[in-house]
Formats: sequence, C-alpha cells, structure tokens
Amino acid sequence: MTTNTAAGTAGGVLGTAGHGAGAPVVLQALSRSFGATRALDGLSLDIAPGELVALLGPSGCGKTTALRIVAGFENADSGTVTVDGKDVSPVPAAKRDMGMVFQSYSLFPNMTALENVGFGLRMRKFRAGDRVKRAGELLDMVGLTPQSRQYPHQLSGGQQQRVALARALAIEPRVLLLDEPLSALDAKVRLQLREQIRTLQQRLGTTTLFVTHDQEEALSMADRVGVMRNGTLEQIATPSELYSRPATAFVAEFVGTMNRIPGNYQGNDEVTVLGTVVPVHGDRPANLAAEVDVLVRPEGLTIEAIDHGNGIVTDRTFLGSLTRVSVLLSSEVAVKVDKTSTAAAELVPGTSVQVGVVAAEPILIAARR
Amino acid sequence: MAAVASSEQTDIQRAGAPARRRSFPVWRWAILLIAAAYFLIPLYAALRFAGFKAFTQVTSYPSFGSAFGLSLRLAIIATVLTLVLMVPTTVYVHLRLPRIRRVMEAITILPIVIPPIVLIIGVLKVAPGFLLGSPNLLGLEYVVLAMPFAYRSLDAGLRSFDVKTMVEAANSLGAGWPTTLWRVVVPNLRTAMLSATVLTVALVLGEYTMASLDNFQTFPVWIVNFEQNSGPVSVAASLLALFVTWILLMFIVTVGGRSASKRGGGQVQLFTISTQTASHTTGEPE
Repeated sequence: MTTNTAAGTAGGVLGTAGHGAGAPVVLQALSRSFGATRALDGLSLDIAPGELVALLGPSGCGKTTALRIVAGFENADSGTVTVDGKDVSPVPAAKRDMGMVFQSYSLFPNMTALENVGFGLRMRKFRAGDRVKRAGELLDMVGLTPQSRQYPHQLSGGQQQRVALARALAIEPRVLLLDEPLSALDAKVRLQLREQIRTLQQRLGTTTLFVTHDQEEALSMADRVGVMRNGTLEQIATPSELYSRPATAFVAEFVGTMNRIPGNYQGNDEVTVLGTVVPVHGDRPANLAAEVDVLVRPEGLTIEAIDHGNGIVTDRTFLGSLTRVSVLLSSEVAVKVDKTSTAAAELVPGTSVQVGVVAAEPILIAARR
Repeated sequence: MAAVASSEQTDIQRAGAPARRRSFPVWRWAILLIAAAYFLIPLYAALRFAGFKAFTQVTSYPSFGSAFGLSLRLAIIATVLTLVLMVPTTVYVHLRLPRIRRVMEAITILPIVIPPIVLIIGVLKVAPGFLLGSPNLLGLEYVVLAMPFAYRSLDAGLRSFDVKTMVEAANSLGAGWPTTLWRVVVPNLRTAMLSATVLTVALVLGEYTMASLDNFQTFPVWIVNFEQNSGPVSVAASLLALFVTWILLMFIVTVGGRSASKRGGGQVQLFTISTQTASHTTGEPE
C-alpha cells in the first residue's frame, strides 16, 4: 500500500538526485579502543556504489562503533574511511553529507514532520519555498503526506522512523547510515518498514551501511551481509551464501538455526556423523581431536519414523509449509529437523525416529563443546 | 492450607478496597484544608489589619516605584545571565562530560550552603572597580544564588529528551554547533528554561540579605525599611509584594507555557517540570 504510493511519486525526487547517489565507501583497517575494550580491531570493508551492506553481530561486536566512525561521531584510533576516493577522517560530521537514521526516535520534538524533513535543506540554505516543496515530496515518498503538519509526539513509532528516513534522504546523502532503525518498532511495522527502506534505497541508489543485530533483517534487506565478531569481520557475503556456505562455526551458528551433532573426524577431510561419511570444509579446530561437533542445518537432516531408531520426537513447531521437529538423539543430543508439514503429521511426540545426514554438501566442524 | 490463606486474603481485599476508596478523599481534603489554613489565615489576618486604604498609600510613595523598578531590573539581569551561562554549560556537561555530573551537582549546591555574607565578601574582593557601588553587582551575586535552582531545572529538562541523539541528528543533517544549540536544544529545553526563569525571578524579588548588606533599595529592602514607619502600610506593602510576585510568575508561566504547548511541548506549571512527549503510541494507525 505505502510502497505503491512511493513508486508513484519517487520520480520527481529521483530526477533531482544528482551527486548524492551511489558513492563508493571504503573502510580501511579501522581500530578503536574504549579504555581496555577493543571495539574495533582492524575492520576493513568495501561498499560498492549503491550497495546496501548490513553489519550483523551480537551486541558489543563493534558494528555500531564502525557506523559512528563513518558518520563522524567517533574517531578511529587508526585506519581510514574514504568516500568517493577521499579520506573523510578530518571532515566533521556536519560536513560529511551522510544521512542517518537512529535507533531511538530522533525527530526534533519542536518541529512538525515537514519541518523535520526540511531541516537539512535549511542547513543547506534552500529557499523556504523549495524547502517545503522538496520536504513534501519526500514525505509523500514515505507515504506520510497527511501527517506533514503533525508534531513527532502525534505520530506512531513507525511513522516517526519513516519521517526520520525522509529527513535523512532529503539532503541527497552520499551515504545512508542506518543504526538499527527498526529495533524499537513492533513486529508488523518492522516488516513493512523493512521493505519500504529497501525499495527506496534501491530506487535512489544510495550507498547504505546498515547496522543490526537481527539476522532476519540483515538477510532480507542487504545486498551483502558482514558478520562481525570481536571488532572484525568474520565473513562478508551475500545472504544466501552466508546461510548455505558459512565460513566459520561462529557465522554458521549466528545466522539461522544450526544443530551441533557429535561426529568423528577422519583426518582426510571427512567426518563421520550419524553413521554417514561427509566431506568437510572451512576451519579445522586447532587442536584436532578425533571427536568433533558437526554443524548441520535443520534442512540438512533426514528423519523417518522407525521402531528402535536413534532418537525420539520431543516436540513439533508448525511453521506453515514446514514443520520443525525436535528430536532427542540417543546420544543425549537435541536436534531440530525440518520436514514438510504433511510428512511431519505422523511424527507425534514420543515417536521413535531415525535421523540421518544428507551427504551432498561439505559441512563445517567445530571443537567438541 | 495455602488455598485457605489466599481466599482469606482476597476476602480482606474485597472488604478493604471500597472502604479505602471512601475514606481516602476525606483525608485528602482534611490535609488540604489544614495546609490551606496554614497559609490563608495569616494572609487574611494581614489583609484585615492593613485595610484597603493602606494599599493606596503604599503605591503613592515615590520610593515604591524606584525600589520595584530596581528589583525588576535585577531579575532581568540575573535571569538573562543565568540562562546564557547555564544552558551551554549543562548541555556540554550532558553531552561531553556526563561523568562530572555529580561534581556539578555538588558545586551548584554551594551557594545554598555558603552564608550570603561570605559570598558578598568574595564578590566584593574580585569585582572590577566599575561595578562596585553599581546595583548591577547585585545582579551578578544573584546569578550565583540562582545557580542551584537553574542547574537543577535545566538538568531535569535535558534528561526529559534524548539530547545526544538530537544533537547527532542535527549534526548529520549539516548543522554546526551554534545552530544545533539554537534550533534544536534550546526549543526543546524551553520548559526547563522557563522553570529556571520563574525560580530566578522569584528568588530575586524576595531576596533581602544580600541587597541590604550591599545597601541597595530593592523591593524587599524597601518593605523592611518601611515597616519601621507605619504598621498597616508596611503590611500592605508585604502583601503587595506577594501578589505582585505571584502575578508576575503566573504571567511568565502563562506566556511561556502557551508557546511551549503550541509547539507540542510540555505544560508548564509552577515548580514542576513536566517531561516532554513522554508517551509514544506504537503501532501504525493505517
């Protein structure tokens, strides 16, 4: 509904989007410490013009620090940020031409929605008439024309974040920075706004850095997702690659659901798990013992009702076309297996089942926990 | 056993709730009446004692106008200086030095703790020559006196909205420091500034010790001097001082409060700082 409104009116704004759109951004070996804590530890990242890169990671992994350094709110201890080939380190935040949407509601309470969107234009010395016209176009783009005269406290959380997005985009920023802009909103609004941000970003072609701890958000919106850990990138890849071919056990377990099943490492890049020999890729544990954990997604396991199998069904979660079946293996390990809902109908809790591994793809192993 | 206990409890609650609802307002009214009597009876007695004629007599004295004028002038000087000094300071402390907030609180309480005479001697020692003997000097002393109240009002005001994010948002949109302070911070601090203004004005209009020690005929000093001459007239003068101060404060609150609430800010009431836009409705109405 709102997306359609946006599609119809964005043309005018796009026409005026000149220098702003699509600057390449390069983060080079950024490091930053707060006291004894090393928030960033040599983070490097290339963002292509018009690309949306999400930084994903648990809290304290340094993703917000990275964003704030790009915005100019923090200084890096070492390393550089270049936009369009120019080092922006000496440039103050006010002169960086970067639009930012914050996690907390950041609209100026003393200004209407329209005045909020026009604020950046006012700072750029736009004449009052042009300002109102352009701010109006942007509010239209986020579907909030009826609310343009309202003050922030009269708007819902989702509306406020849409105004904040319009405000950030109004200045035709060279880079759009999103600092968990959806985390304060409820689930349904979050979903709508997620689509709207992505649609607008693609249409305007604004290079965007998006920070989130919500993997679903990162995977559904970003061109590429960088998973961060301890101040550095663990892996950066397209969402599907990240999910299907995680480079490390950390990424594998952070993105999506992952089972850990005890296995026997053979030494020759093969591991035996649940009676099947499977090829191994990625990191090998440093102190390689024969006993390892094998990481398998719920859809990488097979399940079959059978008398005296290797596990017992403990629970089922209906997910629509799929049902996630929880199984307690005889080795006291709990695993989750995805099965089509029709096939899972017979797998009531208490059923004895045989769980196996699909041996098609190489899989990851980790040191036994 | 447990079941019995819990059913007993609910019985008590059931019996207790309506009783409390009935008795509570009675107490509230009783307390209110006692408090009101405490303030109103002396006022009424004073009014009876002075009589209406005394009021017209007070205003006919020529020194009334000059004393009141001086107090107003000092109130304006003290308020303007206090706001100009304290707003940037508190904002800076909030944004850049949040750790010294406790230190600030301790420092700003000092003027209340230190006896006025000590402050006066201190100010007289360091004041530049051209200020000595000028009533403006008293204005500077009042800035010091008003600091505890002004700091607390502003501090509470800054806590009522997310200053850090607002400032960063303004910065990212291209606003430098002066613009951010003027267009973003100050408008949202309006309620707190108003409250600081009210407290400062009230303080200046009622301050006696410093003014009399410095030998200036401010309004309170004038009233006390007057008292020596005529009983009813001096009482009328005190009452007048009370009403004038009250009317002035109501005026500041009404004028300031109206423009604040028009902008979607909080309602201003005497001596309370209502937080701005505390409630957000979540969920999309569409």
